[in-house]
Amino acid sequence: MLAESLALSALLFTIGVVGVLTRRNAIILFMCVELMLNAVNLSFVALSKVHGVGGQVFVIFVMTVAAAEAAVGLAIIIAIFRHRQSVNLEDINLLKG
Amino acid sequence: MSNEFVPLFYGFNFYLFGLIAIASALLFVTRKSPVAAAMWLVNVMFCLAALYVMLDAQFIGAIQVIVYAGAIMVVFLFVVMLLNLGHAGAVSDLRGNAGRLAAGFVGLAMLAEVMVLARTKFPDAMTLKAVHGLGPVDGTAGVIGPIAGPLFNEYLLAFELTSMLLLTAIVGAVVIGKKRNPDAR
Repeated sequence: MLAESLALSALLFTIGVVGVLTRRNAIILFMCVELMLNAVNLSFVALSKVHGVGGQVFVIFVMTVAAAEAAVGLAIIIAIFRHRQSVNLEDINLLKG
Repeated sequence: MSNEFVPLFYGFNFYLFGLIAIASALLFVTRKSPVAAAMWLVNVMFCLAALYVMLDAQFIGAIQVIVYAGAIMVVFLFVVMLLNLGHAGAVSDLRGNAGRLAAGFVGLAMLAEVMVLARTKFPDAMTLKAVHGLGPVDGTAGVIGPIAGPLFNEYLLAFELTSMLLLTAIVGAVVIGKKRNPDAR
């Protein structure tokens, strides 16, 4: 089942990338990043069945970082929403020269 | 591994959850409403938890349901509720043709890369080897013990640094998200 898991992981990661590239809603963008992290976790778990349990340990670290990233990222989104009344990325162009 | 014997029931469920995960992910990136998208993403995470259990990573499966589907997605939905974004906007938030072209191009590039990597013979120095002292996962040796051992021995430093990271993230989130009082200064 290793090959199937890795293929599924690649597919889910690509769907996440497509979401990041095609959506403008900042919250949905964050969710797409979470989907990409999940896809990578799947490949870690699948490979840990063959190459040792280190992959599963790393998945725990990835989940911790994802939780921290979600907390800080959503706080930033809330702060931006207070300024602009919008989470649309097209409206957030202060650094765009 | 295609040459090993896979029981029919196992294979059927594996493909079932995999297909549900792909379908849910596709629905997730195409929904307009953030709440609907979050619900489909939760569905993807449940399917992945099922796959983790089938891959002999029962603890990771449980953590996936508790932390990802339970905690992280609740934070997302909480922010959607807080900012009152639950309704889909009148205009779609999908980007124009440039974004779609970029997405299609990146997708094709990744597909090509996977194809090339699948046919490449790597030199020995680059192939994955089992870490010394960490054998392949033994499905019969308990669920949490095989993970807890390395986590508190080989990876103890990383584990402690993770706690620092979480503390920093908590403080950062509170500081960034807090409403500034104009009278304060």
